[in-house]
This record gives sequence, structure tokens and C-alpha cells, in this order.
Amino acid sequence: MFKILSKRLIAPKEYDIWVDAPRVARNGKAGQFVVLRTSEKGERIPLTVAEYDREGGRIRIIFQVVGKTTMEMAQLKVGDSLHDLLGPLGNPSEIENLGTVLMVGGGVGIAALYPIVKELKEVGNRVITILGGRTADLVILKDECAAFSDELLVTTDDGSEGIKGVVTDAMQLLADRGEKISQAWIIGPTIMMKFASLKAKELGIPCWVSLNPIMIDGTGMCGCCRVTVNDEIRFACVDGPEFDGWGVNWNEFMNRMGQYKNEEKISLEKYQSEVGE
Amino acid sequence: MAPKITPKKTPISEQDPVVRGKNFDEVCLGYTLDEARLEATRCLQCKTAPCIAGCPVAIDIPGFIKALAEGDLPKSWEILSDATSLPAVCGRVCPQETQCEGVCTVGKIKGKEPVAIGKLERFVADWKASQPEEAITPPVQDKGKVAVVGSGPAGLTVAGDLAKMGYKVTVFEALHEPGGVLMYGIPEFRLPKEIVRREIGNIRKLGVDVEVNAVVGRTVTIEELRSQFDALFIGTGAGTPHFMNLPGTNLNGVFSASEYLTRINLMHAYEFPVYDTPTKTSKKVVVVGGGNVAMDAARSALRLRADKVTVVYRRSIEELPARIEEYHHAVEEGIVFNFLTNPVEYIGDEKGNLKAVRCIRMELGEPDASGRRRPVPIKGSEFVIEADTVVEAIGQGSNKVLLNAFPELKLNKWGYIDADEKTGATNLPDVFAGGDIVTGAATVILAMGVGRDAARSIDSYIQSKKG
Ligand SMILES: Cc1cc2nc3c(=O)[nH]c(=O)nc-3n(C[C@H](O)[C@H](O)[C@H](O)COP(=O)(O)OP(=O)(O)OC[C@H]3O[C@@H](n4cnc5c(N)ncnc54)[C@H](O)[C@@H]3O)c2cc1C
Ligand SMILES: Cc1cc2nc3c(=O)[nH]c(=O)nc-3n(C[C@H](O)[C@H](O)[C@H](O)COP(=O)(O)OP(=O)(O)OC[C@H]3O[C@@H](n4cnc5c(N)ncnc54)[C@H](O)[C@@H]3O)c2cc1C
Ligand code: SF4
Ligand code: SF4
Ligand code: FES
Repeated sequence: MFKILSKRLIAPKEYDIWVDAPRVARNGKAGQFVVLRTSEKGERIPLTVAEYDREGGRIRIIFQVVGKTTMEMAQLKVGDSLHDLLGPLGNPSEIENLGTVLMVGGGVGIAALYPIVKELKEVGNRVITILGGRTADLVILKDECAAFSDELLVTTDDGSEGIKGVVTDAMQLLADRGEKISQAWIIGPTIMMKFASLKAKELGIPCWVSLNPIMIDGTGMCGCCRVTVNDEIRFACVDGPEFDGWGVNWNEFMNRMGQYKNEEKISLEKYQSEVGE
Repeated sequence: MAPKITPKKTPISEQDPVVRGKNFDEVCLGYTLDEARLEATRCLQCKTAPCIAGCPVAIDIPGFIKALAEGDLPKSWEILSDATSLPAVCGRVCPQETQCEGVCTVGKIKGKEPVAIGKLERFVADWKASQPEEAITPPVQDKGKVAVVGSGPAGLTVAGDLAKMGYKVTVFEALHEPGGVLMYGIPEFRLPKEIVRREIGNIRKLGVDVEVNAVVGRTVTIEELRSQFDALFIGTGAGTPHFMNLPGTNLNGVFSASEYLTRINLMHAYEFPVYDTPTKTSKKVVVVGGGNVAMDAARSALRLRADKVTVVYRRSIEELPARIEEYHHAVEEGIVFNFLTNPVEYIGDEKGNLKAVRCIRMELGEPDASGRRRPVPIKGSEFVIEADTVVEAIGQGSNKVLLNAFPELKLNKWGYIDADEKTGATNLPDVFAGGDIVTGAATVILAMGVGRDAARSIDSYIQSKKG
């Protein structure tokens, strides 16, 4: 079970895999995620499902190597299996025809944004997508997002592609030309989600952000994933992962993300010394 | 009255408090055969056997103790297993002092302790486990198909009993290991996980399929299950932690007991970095609460080498809900108790890490709805305890994943499933429920007892439908 059916490097340290998981493929929706383990002694990590192949019983996951578990995943070959995989978890995105929607993605968060872009387009929205990254190589899934967007803007910090600048510059550009946007989705690195949410608020655009706190069970049982939104404690795995971007307590969120920095380092160094990297 | 009964229970060996405070091995080492037989002779074999009425699953206590005293262990085991499917577990974790042992005739004699029923039950179960394994041939399972949601004591009991009656049972468990709280909540030093795995192995041998990594309501839908199975049993437990919602709850270093214990038990954080999931190594720990969960969190923190562990509980020692044995063990290990104390604020440093807990002293006022005197804060009595970790163990609510996916199912005003506590019947004829998801957080033996009853009503429901 949970065999890796294909694997592709799509950007530096970013892999695109398809995994055999018929039940998740059958019942999953855009916006949901899985929790997986690579081995008997492994950690449970959450990853978004980027695409479902219902007939083929497969799901697509795009992950970035940031620590021990994702590094271990990068070592797996086609034909290897994940030890455990649980899902689909979390609430699906609210997909309906809202008029014009703005989709903002950055980094590996684009993988989580893509299925929502696709479904919003399929129900008839006018979709404007902004994808941002430090440099052109890091902006993934450009063609796939473009296929389901009425307009696609790319921003890069170094100007190697599209607008030289950050996603909030592109948001301002759209506002300046008078776009009437009913709803935005913003998914990417925390710092990007924070500033893009502030920008959306400034422009009066309601926005969803997809929060990725540290999780254990992913079923609402532990409270590890709690975040504060509009002054209320919410569990990201069962109440989210999408929340009102205007209301997120970003500083607290970032602080909690760093809680296990030292331990993550120990784990990674131990693994690297074992695999001899 | 037999005057020769020793006043005290036969002593049982335990790991030394100083040694055990640094490891996760089981605290209580159990009786030897001679000790167990000696303890068994303390039982008066009362005609009225009040102890049986004190046991939620009505084990024939004098019966199994008599066989043990006579050295007939196979018979003793048979009597036990007639009434309970988890004797090795219940002998260890039942709150005996308020159940079987609480009403034992010997214990009613002035100056005498009751018969150590739990320890004897555990002895017989452990003896059985040490015997060569018998090959179990699964019974023919053609009476019908039943799906069980959740693999805690309630679900496991329903599954085992129905399999024995001739049903094909599939258990769906969300986590990667079956066992429910027995696996992720109660620590190794109180209930070795090997025992839980063994019990689950026995249930599998009866032909029960256990599917892990399957959240019902997400991975498989309720509709799928109801169309594929003749009946459904829901035993999803009370698995969602409550927080007191004090200022500072989301500081780094503030945990729910569920997270703290799940990291340690299910994920083996005490073996980090051999296992990948870490927990915080803390110096000063405050645990809030007075139940078994609080004791488990406090004693785990100690074993993770905390310098000081303090339990704060808002009522007095008389109201402490934890098993008395666990409280004594905790005190022996050096855990400090602050009764009539409640936290009011978590104080952080400039980096968002917890550095202290502000508490207030309480006094007991008028009795509340539960009949216990209500703790009320004493004005001006605030004080601060330094802490880098705080663990809130103040209770859990129902897990909503399944309930949200199942709006037809009737809930009670506390958000638990509205089910008949005797039969497990819900408002839907093919759906039964029991354990913590019906009663709210309770005990292993109650979950198991209702599992037994539910298995019987599921049997009669399916047979009447087919008949
Ligand atoms: C709902 C959800 C969906 C996610 N979807 C994806 C996805 O589609 N693709 C993807 O690449 N990642 C995704 N993540 C993040 C992913 O779970 C983490 O990158 C992963 O847990 C890191 O594990 P590790 O052992 O490799 O690294 P660790 O050693 O655990 O961590 C290394 C570094 O990564 C950071 N980190 C730890 N946990 C997380 C986390 N939950 N999110 C972000 N950073 C983290 C830490 O701050 C640390 O600096 C998602 C997270 C959540 C909660
Ligand atoms: C730390 C701690 C210590 C305790 N100590 C004691 C003690 O000493 N003595 C005692 O008698 N009792 C004790 N208890 C209480 C006792 O463990 C519980 O009352 C008992 O386990 C309840 O059993 P259950 O079968 O109802 O549910 P649980 O044991 O909670 O099991 C429920 C299972 O269902 C699974 N589940 C939930 N939702 C879904 C879903 N949608 N799909 C699939 N699976 C799902 C969960 O993952 C879980 O494995 C303790 C509890 C805790 C937390
Ligand atoms: S199951 Fe619990 S209450 Fe019943 S005899 Fe055993 S220890 Fe006592
Ligand atoms: S009440 Fe006590 S002494 Fe009497 S039969 Fe039960 S265990 Fe034995
Ligand atoms: S990850 Fe445990 S409650 Fe969300």
C-alpha cells in the first residue's frame, strides 16, 4: 500500500510524486491534506494533496525538502512505499462561483493552491493568479495554473521572470487597474501569507490562507496544531486548514512553528550522518 | 469471620521510586505465584459477594480467586475470560478502590485492607500470556458483517465478542496503531504497550480485520459503511482536548495532556532521536488537573528528567479523581502537589516561550450540581510558579470528525452520541455506540462493559432483521 508510482524533481529540492492511495483518491477534495510516515519510527507529517486521480486511485503530492522526513522521502524510489498515509484530512475549500477570484501562491504553497485554482475555474469563476518566488526556477506549476487561469502574473525577487518584486506588488497592480475581486486565496511561506493578507485587507479583499502548523494526529485529538484566528483558538487540522487571513495572529503562528528548531536540527544531523550525505 | 486474615494486602514488588523516576518501564512488577496464592487466601468467599456487584462487568471474583488459591490457574483464567476480554489491562488500570475492592467485605473490617482483586486479576492474565500460545481457529463468520469505528477498549470488545458469535467484523482506526487511549494515552510505565498489542493480536486471531489509517467520515464515508455492513458500532472516544483559554495558552511550552502524552506514548518521544518525534526536555513543569491524565503527564515529565514537577489542582485531596495508587506513586517519585490552586495566566518571555504560571489559591464553597463543594478563588492570593512547560489535563470533549460527517445521528446536550447506555442503541436502527463517545471521558472497564452489551444487541438486531 501507498506505493510511489512516479517521482520527478520539479525545482531545486522540490519533488512531485504520485502515490497509490485509492480511498483518499476516491473521497478527497481540493484543500485537503494527508498525514504520512516514512518508517516505523518516523514522524507523522502533513502534506497537501495537489491532485486526485479518482479512476487511477492515485494522489499527487508536491513536497519540498526541509528536514529529516522530507529528506527521507526524497530518497525513496518509484516502487518504494510509504509506511502510513492517512487522509483526506481537513475541510475542503469552499468552491463556488463568486465572480472574480484572486489566487496568490508562493514557493511550495503553489502545490496547495493549484487544485483550488482548477476547481474554481471549473465552476465558472474568472480566475486571476499571481505566483511568486525568489527566482524563476522556484515558481512551480506555471503551465498547469495558467491552463485554469484567465490571467497569470509571475513575480520574482530577482526579476528573472515576470514582474520584479513580490506578490503584494502584483496585488497592488490589479487594484490600480480597478479589478473588482470577490475573494482571494493566499498560500505560500508564512511571511508571504502574512503580508499578502495585510495587503488584501488594505484593498478590502476577503482572503483565505491555508495554515501549516506542526501537527501530530491530524484528527483533532492533540491540540498541537492550534492557531489563533479572530481571537479564538482553532485546530488547523479539523477547523482548517483554511482560515480568514485577516484574522490570523501571525506572530504567534510563526513563533509556534519554531518550537522544535533544536530538535529538528538534531534529527536532521543524525540522519545525514547515517546516510552519509 | 476468619480472624487469621492479615490486615494488609500481600506486599507486591515495585521498582524503587528513585530508579523508576528515570525510566519508562512498568512500576509494578506483579505477584509471584506464591504471593498471589497467599493473597488469594485472604478472600472470605462471601456468599453475597458484594465485590461482583462492584465490578462493572460482574466478574465472578470469588470464583476466580478460589481457583487461584487452589493453584488451578487454567480454571481461574476461564472464569475471568468469561466476563472480560481485557483482564491484563483492567487489572492494571481499573479504579479498584471505588469498584470491586471498594465494597470488599475484608476491607470493611476495621483496620483491614480489601483483597487485592485487581492485582490478582492481573496475575492470572499475565500467567496466561506466559503460557504457550494456543492456536485459535476463527469461528465460522457467516452471520453478518459489522463495522466498528475506533479501536479503543469499547470497539475492541464489540469486535471480539461479535467475532466469537460468528460475525465478520472490520475495525476502522484513524491512527497508525490500534488501541485508542490504551496506546496513545496511558503511559508504558503503567500499561506496557506489549500487553495492549497482545490483546489486539488475540482479537485479530479471531478473524477480526483491523484497518489502521482509516478515518471514518473522511477515508471511508458513513454511507459506504452503512451500505456494506449490516450494522455499525461507533466507539470513537472523547478525544478532543479542552483548554482553559487562559492568557498565554499558545506560548511555546504550553501543551494539552493529549499532545504531551501522544508525543511520548504513540510517537515514542522519550526515545528521541531514535524515534523522529521530539518533545521538550523541560526543567520545571506544572501540570494542571487532578485525574489519571494529570498523574500520567506529571510522572512522564519526571521521567523525561525534569528537575521539578508540580501538580496544581483546584479542589482538595479528598476530591482528587485519580486512582489513589497513582497518586501515591506520584508522591513517592517526588512530584509536588499544590491543592486548592488554579492557574490564571501563563507568562512568557520576549521570545514567546513560557517562563512562569500565575496561580491563585482557592477555597471550597457551596456544593455545585455534582454535589462536590465548588472551589472559589481567594482574592489577593495570587502567586507565581516558575515553569518552562505547562500541561493542561482538564478534560476532553467528543471528537467531531465523525460526528460532523454524520448529521443524522442524534447527539445529547453535551455533544456526545445519544445512545442507550445498556444496549448502545442510537436513533438509527443499524447504528450502535458506546464508550467515552457516549458517556464522556470515563474508564476502560465501563467502555468494555458497554461493548459487551452492544455486541449482544447488535446480534439480536441483525438476527431479527434476517429472521
Ligand atoms: C496542512 C499542511 C499541509 C502541508 N502541505 C505541504 C505540501 O504540500 N508540501 C510541502 O512541501 N510541505 C507541506 N507542509 C509542510 C510539511 O508538513 C513540512 O515541511 C514537514 O512536516 C517538514 O518535515 P521534516 O521532518 O522534513 O522537517 P522538520 O525537521 O520537521 O522541519 C524542518 C523545518 O521545516 C519547518 N517546518 C516544520 N513543520 C512544518 C510545517 N508543518 N510546515 C512548514 N514548515 C514546517 C520547521 O520550522 C523547520 O525549520 C504542509 C503542512 C501542513 C500543516
Ligand atoms: C491519559 C489517560 C489515562 C487514563 N487512565 C485511566 C485509568 O487508569 N483507568 C481507567 O479505567 N481509565 C483511564 N482512562 C480513561 C480510559 O482510557 C477511557 O475511558 C477509555 O479508553 C475509553 O475507551 P473508548 O473505547 O470509548 O475510546 P478510546 O480509547 O478513546 O478510543 C477511541 C479510538 O477511536 C479512534 N477514532 C476516533 N475517531 C475516529 C474516526 N472518525 N474513525 C476511525 N477511528 C476514530 C481514535 O483514534 C481512538 O483510537 C485514561 C484516559 C487517559 C486519556
Ligand atoms: S475488571 Fe476492574 S472492577 Fe472488575 S474485578 Fe477487575 S479490577 Fe475489579
Ligand atoms: S467481597 Fe472480598 S472477601 Fe468477599 S468474596 Fe469478594 S473479594 Fe472475597
Ligand atoms: S494535529 Fe492534533 S489536533 Fe490537529
